[in-house]
Amino acid sequence: MAKKKNKKIKKISKPKEKESSREKMIGQHIGYRYDVNLLPDYKKVTPFLKKYIEQMGWDDLNWLEDVHMGYEEGRPAVFCRNANGWVTIPKKIKLPDSQQDRDMIARELLIKFQMSPNHPLVDLKKAYKKF
Amino acid sequence: MANLKNSKSKSMGLHKEVLTGRTQQVFFNPEEAENFFYYGAHDVNFNKRTEIDALDLTAAQLNDKLHSLMKEGYGSVVVKNPQGKHSLGVGILNKLNLIFEGSLGYFGVGSIDGPVVRITGRVGWSCAENMMAGKVVIEKNAGSCFGAAIRGGDLICKGSVGARTGIDMKGGTIIVGGDAGAFTGFMMQRGRIIVLGDAGINLGDSMYDGTIFIGGKIKSFGSDAIKAKVTSEDISWLKRKLKVAEIGSNFDFSKMTKVVAGKKLWNYDALEPSEKKGAI
Repeated sequence: MAKKKNKKIKKISKPKEKESSREKMIGQHIGYRYDVNLLPDYKKVTPFLKKYIEQMGWDDLNWLEDVHMGYEEGRPAVFCRNANGWVTIPKKIKLPDSQQDRDMIARELLIKFQMSPNHPLVDLKKAYKKF
Repeated sequence: MANLKNSKSKSMGLHKEVLTGRTQQVFFNPEEAENFFYYGAHDVNFNKRTEIDALDLTAAQLNDKLHSLMKEGYGSVVVKNPQGKHSLGVGILNKLNLIFEGSLGYFGVGSIDGPVVRITGRVGWSCAENMMAGKVVIEKNAGSCFGAAIRGGDLICKGSVGARTGIDMKGGTIIVGGDAGAFTGFMMQRGRIIVLGDAGINLGDSMYDGTIFIGGKIKSFGSDAIKAKVTSEDISWLKRKLKVAEIGSNFDFSKMTKVVAGKKLWNYDALEPSEKKGAI
Protein backbone atom coordinates (compact mmCIF):
# COMPACT_ATOMS: atom_id res chain seq x y z
CA MET A 1 0.00 0.00 0.00
CA ALA A 2 1.13 3.35 -0.87
CA LYS A 3 1.92 5.45 2.06
CA LYS A 4 -0.37 8.32 2.59
CA LYS A 5 1.41 11.53 2.35
CA ASN A 6 1.01 13.65 5.37
CA LYS A 7 -0.50 16.78 4.06
CA LYS A 8 0.53 19.81 5.90
CA ILE A 9 -2.49 21.68 7.08
CA LYS A 10 -1.96 25.31 6.72
CA LYS A 11 -3.14 27.11 9.78
CA ILE A 12 -5.06 30.20 8.99
CA SER A 13 -4.20 32.66 11.61
CA LYS A 14 -6.39 35.65 12.27
CA PRO A 15 -4.73 38.89 11.27
CA LYS A 16 -3.34 40.52 14.34
CA GLU A 17 -4.61 44.00 14.85
CA LYS A 18 -2.07 46.30 16.25
CA GLU A 19 -3.28 48.67 18.86
CA SER A 20 -3.02 52.28 17.79
CA SER A 21 -0.48 54.61 19.34
CA ARG A 22 -3.37 56.41 21.02
CA GLU A 23 -4.55 53.15 22.61
CA LYS A 24 -1.02 52.50 23.81
CA MET A 25 -0.85 55.96 25.31
CA ILE A 26 -4.13 55.78 27.20
CA GLY A 27 -3.77 52.06 28.02
CA GLN A 28 -7.34 51.50 26.98
CA HIS A 29 -9.21 50.11 23.99
CA ILE A 30 -11.04 52.47 21.72
CA GLY A 31 -14.15 50.48 21.04
CA TYR A 32 -15.44 52.46 18.09
CA ARG A 33 -14.01 54.09 14.96
CA TYR A 34 -13.36 57.21 17.00
CA ASP A 35 -12.47 57.79 20.63
CA VAL A 36 -15.68 58.65 22.46
CA ASN A 37 -13.68 59.41 25.61
CA LEU A 38 -11.32 61.91 23.97
CA LEU A 39 -11.11 65.00 26.19
CA PRO A 40 -11.33 68.31 24.32
CA ASP A 41 -8.26 70.43 23.70
CA TYR A 42 -9.38 73.86 24.86
CA LYS A 43 -6.69 75.59 22.79
CA LYS A 44 -8.69 74.58 19.73
CA VAL A 45 -12.06 76.07 20.73
CA THR A 46 -13.34 78.15 17.81
CA PRO A 47 -14.60 81.78 18.13
CA PHE A 48 -18.15 80.55 17.38
CA LEU A 49 -18.01 78.09 20.28
CA LYS A 50 -16.51 80.73 22.60
CA LYS A 51 -19.45 83.00 21.81
CA TYR A 52 -21.92 80.16 22.48
CA ILE A 53 -20.34 79.40 25.87
CA GLU A 54 -20.48 83.10 26.79
CA GLN A 55 -24.13 83.42 25.73
CA MET A 56 -25.12 80.44 27.87
CA GLY A 57 -23.21 81.68 30.92
CA TRP A 58 -21.05 78.52 31.18
CA ASP A 59 -17.36 78.15 32.03
CA ASP A 60 -16.42 75.61 29.35
CA LEU A 61 -17.77 73.47 26.52
CA ASN A 62 -20.22 71.83 28.94
CA TRP A 63 -22.38 69.23 27.10
CA LEU A 64 -20.31 69.67 23.94
CA GLU A 65 -17.43 67.83 25.63
CA ASP A 66 -19.30 64.65 24.69
CA VAL A 67 -19.71 65.59 21.03
CA HIS A 68 -17.26 64.02 18.57
CA MET A 69 -17.12 63.61 14.84
CA GLY A 70 -18.18 60.07 14.00
CA TYR A 71 -19.22 58.30 10.82
CA GLU A 72 -22.46 57.30 9.19
CA GLU A 73 -22.23 54.90 6.26
CA GLY A 74 -18.56 55.76 5.92
CA ARG A 75 -19.16 59.50 5.74
CA PRO A 76 -18.14 61.90 8.51
CA ALA A 77 -21.13 62.81 10.63
CA VAL A 78 -22.15 64.06 14.06
CA PHE A 79 -24.86 62.49 16.19
CA CYS A 80 -27.80 64.69 17.21
CA ARG A 81 -29.25 63.32 20.45
CA ASN A 82 -32.39 65.44 20.07
CA ALA A 83 -33.30 64.07 16.65
CA ASN A 84 -31.73 60.66 17.40
CA GLY A 85 -29.97 60.63 14.04
CA TRP A 86 -26.66 61.38 12.35
CA VAL A 87 -26.07 64.75 10.73
CA THR A 88 -23.63 64.24 7.86
CA ILE A 89 -20.91 66.80 7.42
CA PRO A 90 -21.40 68.75 4.14
CA LYS A 91 -18.90 67.66 1.48
CA LYS A 92 -17.64 71.20 0.88
CA ILE A 93 -16.22 71.40 4.41
CA LYS A 94 -12.56 70.38 4.32
CA LEU A 95 -11.74 68.18 7.27
CA PRO A 96 -8.44 68.57 9.12
CA ASP A 97 -6.44 65.47 10.10
CA SER A 98 -6.53 66.07 13.83
CA GLN A 99 -9.46 64.50 15.68
CA GLN A 100 -9.48 67.48 18.07
CA ASP A 101 -10.01 69.93 15.18
CA ARG A 102 -12.63 67.66 13.64
CA ASP A 103 -14.51 67.51 16.94
CA MET A 104 -14.64 71.30 17.13
CA ILE A 105 -16.16 71.43 13.62
CA ALA A 106 -18.68 68.77 14.66
CA ARG A 107 -19.64 70.83 17.74
CA GLU A 108 -20.19 73.97 15.68
CA LEU A 109 -22.29 72.19 13.09
CA LEU A 110 -24.37 70.45 15.74
CA ILE A 111 -25.26 73.75 17.41
CA LYS A 112 -26.23 75.24 14.04
CA PHE A 113 -28.37 72.18 13.32
CA GLN A 114 -30.08 72.03 16.71
CA MET A 115 -30.86 75.74 16.85
CA SER A 116 -32.11 75.86 13.27
CA PRO A 117 -35.83 76.58 12.66
CA ASN A 118 -35.62 73.66 10.19
CA HIS A 119 -34.72 71.14 12.90
CA PRO A 120 -37.12 68.17 12.76
CA LEU A 121 -38.15 68.66 16.38
CA VAL A 122 -39.57 72.13 15.74
CA ASP A 123 -42.74 70.71 14.18
CA LEU A 124 -43.06 68.15 16.97
CA LYS A 125 -42.70 70.88 19.57
CA LYS A 126 -45.43 72.94 17.92
CA ALA A 127 -47.74 69.94 17.99
CA TYR A 128 -46.99 68.51 21.43
CA LYS A 129 -45.48 71.11 23.73
CA LYS A 130 -47.20 71.41 27.10
CA PHE A 131 -45.94 74.81 28.26
CA MET B 1 -4.32 47.89 33.60
CA ALA B 2 -6.21 47.09 30.44
CA ASN B 3 -4.87 44.21 28.37
CA LEU B 4 -4.59 45.65 24.88
CA LYS B 5 -4.35 42.31 23.13
CA ASN B 6 -7.30 40.05 22.29
CA SER B 7 -10.01 42.43 23.39
CA LYS B 8 -13.61 41.45 22.88
CA SER B 9 -14.48 44.85 21.44
CA LYS B 10 -11.83 44.35 18.77
CA SER B 11 -12.94 40.85 17.88
CA MET B 12 -16.54 42.03 17.56
CA GLY B 13 -15.38 44.59 15.02
CA LEU B 14 -17.20 47.51 16.61
CA HIS B 15 -14.31 49.83 15.86
CA LYS B 16 -14.99 49.23 12.15
CA GLU B 17 -18.76 49.24 12.44
CA VAL B 18 -20.56 51.03 9.64
CA LEU B 19 -23.39 52.89 11.28
CA THR B 20 -26.56 53.59 9.38
CA GLY B 21 -29.39 55.89 10.23
CA ARG B 22 -31.55 58.72 9.03
CA THR B 23 -29.44 61.31 7.26
CA GLN B 24 -30.36 64.74 8.54
CA GLN B 25 -28.41 66.82 6.05
CA VAL B 26 -31.60 67.71 4.18
CA PHE B 27 -32.74 69.89 7.11
CA PHE B 28 -29.44 71.53 7.56
CA ASN B 29 -27.67 74.51 6.08
CA PRO B 30 -24.32 75.22 7.75
CA GLU B 31 -24.44 78.84 6.59
CA GLU B 32 -27.59 79.60 8.53
CA ALA B 33 -27.71 82.78 10.60
CA GLU B 34 -25.92 82.63 13.95
CA ASN B 35 -28.36 81.49 16.60
CA PHE B 36 -27.48 80.04 19.99
CA PHE B 37 -30.93 79.15 21.32
CA TYR B 38 -33.50 76.46 20.65
CA TYR B 39 -36.50 77.39 18.59
CA GLY B 40 -39.10 78.80 21.01
CA ALA B 41 -36.59 79.44 23.85
CA HIS B 42 -37.01 82.71 25.73
CA ASP B 43 -34.48 85.49 25.31
CA VAL B 44 -33.61 86.19 28.95
CA ASN B 45 -31.27 88.76 30.46
CA PHE B 46 -28.97 87.61 33.31
CA ASN B 47 -29.06 91.14 34.76
CA LYS B 48 -32.85 91.05 35.14
CA ARG B 49 -33.28 89.46 38.57
CA THR B 50 -36.24 88.52 40.75
CA GLU B 51 -37.20 86.39 43.78
CA ILE B 52 -39.96 83.84 44.43
CA ASP B 53 -41.09 82.63 47.86
CA ALA B 54 -41.98 78.93 47.46
CA LEU B 55 -43.47 78.65 50.97
CA ASP B 56 -47.11 78.40 49.85
CA LEU B 57 -46.53 77.08 46.32
CA THR B 58 -46.81 73.50 45.09
CA ALA B 59 -44.05 72.10 42.83
CA ALA B 60 -46.24 72.54 39.73
CA GLN B 61 -47.08 76.13 40.67
CA LEU B 62 -43.43 77.01 41.23
CA ASN B 63 -42.35 75.41 37.94
CA ASP B 64 -45.09 77.32 36.08
CA LYS B 65 -43.95 80.53 37.76
CA LEU B 66 -40.36 79.93 36.62
CA HIS B 67 -41.53 79.49 33.02
CA SER B 68 -43.62 82.65 33.08
CA LEU B 69 -40.66 84.61 34.52
CA MET B 70 -38.42 83.38 31.70
CA LYS B 71 -41.12 84.45 29.23
CA GLU B 72 -40.92 87.93 30.78
CA GLY B 73 -37.15 87.94 30.20
CA TYR B 74 -35.90 87.31 33.76
CA GLY B 75 -32.49 85.68 33.56
CA SER B 76 -31.70 85.40 37.29
CA VAL B 77 -34.24 83.93 39.70
CA VAL B 78 -33.81 83.26 43.44
CA VAL B 79 -36.20 80.73 45.01
CA LYS B 80 -36.62 81.17 48.75
CA ASN B 81 -38.02 78.50 51.10
CA PRO B 82 -38.00 75.48 48.77
CA GLN B 83 -38.49 73.40 51.97
CA GLY B 84 -37.34 70.11 50.45
CA LYS B 85 -40.27 69.94 48.04
CA HIS B 86 -39.95 67.36 45.25
CA SER B 87 -39.50 67.94 41.49
CA LEU B 88 -38.66 71.63 41.72
CA GLY B 89 -37.05 73.40 38.74
CA VAL B 90 -37.64 70.56 36.29
CA GLY B 91 -37.79 70.77 32.48
CA ILE B 92 -36.02 74.12 32.03
CA LEU B 93 -34.84 74.14 28.40
CA ASN B 94 -33.47 77.67 28.51
CA LYS B 95 -30.47 79.61 29.68
CA LEU B 96 -31.18 80.82 33.21
CA ASN B 97 -29.34 81.62 36.42
CA LEU B 98 -31.40 79.86 39.11
CA ILE B 99 -30.63 79.86 42.85
CA PHE B 100 -32.45 77.76 45.44
CA GLU B 101 -31.90 79.08 48.96
CA GLY B 102 -32.45 75.84 50.88
CA SER B 103 -32.82 72.12 50.15
CA LEU B 104 -34.69 70.17 47.46
CA GLY B 105 -36.50 66.83 47.71
CA TYR B 106 -36.30 64.10 45.11
CA PHE B 107 -35.99 64.59 41.32
CA GLY B 108 -34.90 68.22 41.73
CA VAL B 109 -33.87 70.09 38.55
CA GLY B 110 -34.52 67.00 36.40
CA SER B 111 -34.47 67.02 32.58
CA ILE B 112 -32.89 70.46 32.34
CA ASP B 113 -31.14 71.69 29.21
CA GLY B 114 -29.05 74.81 29.71
CA PRO B 115 -29.52 76.60 33.06
CA VAL B 116 -26.90 77.29 35.72
CA VAL B 117 -28.39 76.21 39.05
CA ARG B 118 -27.04 76.68 42.57
CA ILE B 119 -28.62 74.92 45.56
CA THR B 120 -27.41 76.16 48.94
CA GLY B 121 -28.70 73.14 50.89
CA ARG B 122 -28.99 69.39 50.26
CA VAL B 123 -30.84 67.41 47.59
CA GLY B 124 -32.81 64.16 47.71
CA TRP B 125 -32.49 61.20 45.38
CA SER B 126 -32.15 61.42 41.58
CA CYS B 127 -31.11 65.06 41.50
CA ALA B 128 -30.65 66.36 37.90
CA GLU B 129 -31.91 63.07 36.50
CA ASN B 130 -31.68 63.06 32.69
CA MET B 131 -29.91 66.45 32.63
CA MET B 132 -28.94 67.43 29.06
CA ALA B 133 -26.80 70.56 29.48
CA GLY B 134 -25.98 73.30 31.98
CA LYS B 135 -24.34 73.41 35.38
CA VAL B 136 -25.77 72.40 38.78
CA VAL B 137 -23.88 73.09 42.02
CA ILE B 138 -25.04 71.62 45.34
CA GLU B 139 -23.31 73.13 48.35
CA LYS B 140 -24.04 70.24 50.78
CA ASN B 141 -24.80 66.50 50.38
CA ALA B 142 -26.91 64.59 47.86
CA GLY B 143 -29.00 61.40 48.06
CA SER B 144 -28.78 58.25 45.98
CA CYS B 145 -28.96 58.04 42.17
CA PHE B 146 -27.31 61.44 41.91
CA GLY B 147 -27.24 62.37 38.20
CA ALA B 148 -29.13 59.26 37.10
CA ALA B 149 -29.03 58.88 33.30
CA ILE B 150 -27.53 62.32 32.68
CA ARG B 151 -26.53 63.01 29.09
CA GLY B 152 -24.53 66.21 29.36
CA GLY B 153 -23.49 69.19 31.47
CA ASP B 154 -21.68 69.54 34.78
CA LEU B 155 -23.31 68.22 37.96
CA ILE B 156 -21.39 69.14 41.09
CA CYS B 157 -21.93 68.16 44.72
CA LYS B 158 -19.48 69.76 47.13
CA GLY B 159 -20.39 67.27 49.88
CA SER B 160 -20.90 63.49 49.70
CA VAL B 161 -23.33 61.51 47.58
CA GLY B 162 -25.31 58.29 48.10
CA ALA B 163 -25.36 54.99 46.23
CA ARG B 164 -25.61 54.50 42.45
CA THR B 165 -24.27 57.93 41.53
CA GLY B 166 -24.26 58.34 37.75
CA ILE B 167 -26.28 55.18 37.20
CA ASP B 168 -26.83 54.65 33.46
CA MET B 169 -25.21 58.01 32.61
CA LYS B 170 -24.74 58.61 28.90
CA GLY B 171 -22.58 61.75 29.00
CA GLY B 172 -21.68 64.81 31.04
CA THR B 173 -19.51 65.17 34.12
CA ILE B 174 -20.42 64.41 37.74
CA ILE B 175 -18.06 65.92 40.33
CA VAL B 176 -18.20 65.00 44.02
CA GLY B 177 -16.15 66.83 46.62
CA GLY B 178 -16.65 64.21 49.35
CA ASP B 179 -17.28 60.45 49.26
CA ALA B 180 -19.53 58.39 46.98
CA GLY B 181 -21.62 55.37 47.97
CA ALA B 182 -21.86 51.83 46.59
CA PHE B 183 -22.26 51.11 42.86
CA THR B 184 -20.97 54.50 41.72
CA GLY B 185 -21.07 54.57 37.90
CA PHE B 186 -23.32 51.51 37.78
CA MET B 187 -24.01 50.64 34.10
CA MET B 188 -22.59 53.95 32.92
CA GLN B 189 -22.29 54.19 29.16
CA ARG B 190 -20.36 57.38 28.59
CA GLY B 191 -19.26 60.54 30.43
CA ARG B 192 -17.01 61.14 33.39
CA ILE B 193 -17.29 60.91 37.19
CA ILE B 194 -14.79 62.59 39.51
CA VAL B 195 -14.87 61.74 43.24
CA LEU B 196 -12.28 63.47 45.41
CA GLY B 197 -13.01 61.28 48.44
CA ASP B 198 -13.56 57.52 48.82
CA ALA B 199 -15.79 55.23 46.75
CA GLY B 200 -17.96 52.43 48.15
CA ILE B 201 -18.26 48.82 47.02
CA ASN B 202 -18.70 47.73 43.38
CA LEU B 203 -17.35 50.87 41.76
CA GLY B 204 -18.23 51.05 38.05
CA ASP B 205 -20.15 47.78 38.10
CA SER B 206 -21.12 46.66 34.57
CA MET B 207 -19.94 49.93 33.08
CA TYR B 208 -20.06 49.90 29.28
CA ASP B 209 -17.82 52.88 28.65
CA GLY B 210 -16.87 56.25 30.21
CA THR B 211 -14.27 57.19 32.82
CA ILE B 212 -14.28 57.39 36.62
CA PHE B 213 -11.60 59.24 38.61
CA ILE B 214 -11.32 58.48 42.34
CA GLY B 215 -9.14 60.59 44.63
CA GLY B 216 -9.45 58.46 47.79
CA LYS B 217 -9.82 54.76 48.60
CA ILE B 218 -11.88 52.31 46.56
CA LYS B 219 -13.66 49.69 48.65
CA SER B 220 -14.06 47.28 45.71
CA PHE B 221 -14.33 47.25 41.93
CA GLY B 222 -17.51 46.10 40.22
CA SER B 223 -17.75 43.64 37.37
CA ASP B 224 -15.60 44.66 34.35
CA ALA B 225 -14.30 47.87 35.96
CA ILE B 226 -10.52 48.10 35.63
CA LYS B 227 -7.75 50.57 36.37
CA ALA B 228 -6.21 52.61 33.54
CA LYS B 229 -3.31 55.04 33.15
CA VAL B 230 -3.84 58.64 34.21
CA THR B 231 -2.43 60.68 31.31
CA SER B 232 -1.19 64.27 31.26
CA GLU B 233 -4.32 65.10 29.20
CA ASP B 234 -6.44 63.76 32.05
CA ILE B 235 -4.60 65.84 34.65
CA SER B 236 -4.97 69.12 32.78
CA TRP B 237 -8.66 68.40 32.13
CA LEU B 238 -9.20 67.49 35.82
CA LYS B 239 -7.56 70.74 36.95
CA ARG B 240 -9.84 72.70 34.63
CA LYS B 241 -12.97 70.85 35.75
CA LEU B 242 -12.26 71.23 39.47
CA LYS B 243 -11.81 74.95 38.91
CA VAL B 244 -15.25 75.03 37.27
CA ALA B 245 -16.61 73.06 40.26
CA GLU B 246 -15.01 75.50 42.74
CA ILE B 247 -13.48 72.61 44.74
CA GLY B 248 -10.18 70.79 45.21
CA SER B 249 -7.86 73.72 44.48
CA ASN B 250 -5.03 72.02 46.46
CA PHE B 251 -5.83 68.46 45.41
CA ASP B 252 -2.89 66.09 44.86
CA PHE B 253 -3.57 64.53 41.44
CA SER B 254 -0.90 61.86 41.90
CA LYS B 255 -3.39 60.11 44.21
CA MET B 256 -6.03 59.90 41.48
CA THR B 257 -7.10 56.44 40.25
CA LYS B 258 -8.63 56.19 36.79
CA VAL B 259 -11.23 53.48 36.25
CA VAL B 260 -12.55 52.42 32.84
CA ALA B 261 -14.56 49.55 31.34
CA GLY B 262 -12.67 46.35 30.57
CA LYS B 263 -15.16 45.91 27.69
CA LYS B 264 -15.58 42.22 28.43
CA LEU B 265 -19.32 42.66 28.81
CA TRP B 266 -19.85 43.90 25.26
CA ASN B 267 -22.19 41.05 24.42
CA TYR B 268 -25.28 42.94 23.47
CA ASP B 269 -24.98 42.52 19.68
CA ALA B 270 -24.57 38.77 20.01
CA LEU B 271 -27.43 38.36 22.46
CA GLU B 272 -29.96 40.63 20.83
CA PRO B 273 -31.19 38.36 17.97
CA SER B 274 -31.82 35.38 20.27
CA GLU B 275 -33.58 37.60 22.76
CA LYS B 276 -35.79 38.96 20.01
CA LYS B 277 -36.60 35.41 18.88
CA GLY B 278 -37.53 34.48 22.40
CA ALA B 279 -39.83 37.45 22.70
CA ILE B 280 -41.70 36.53 19.48
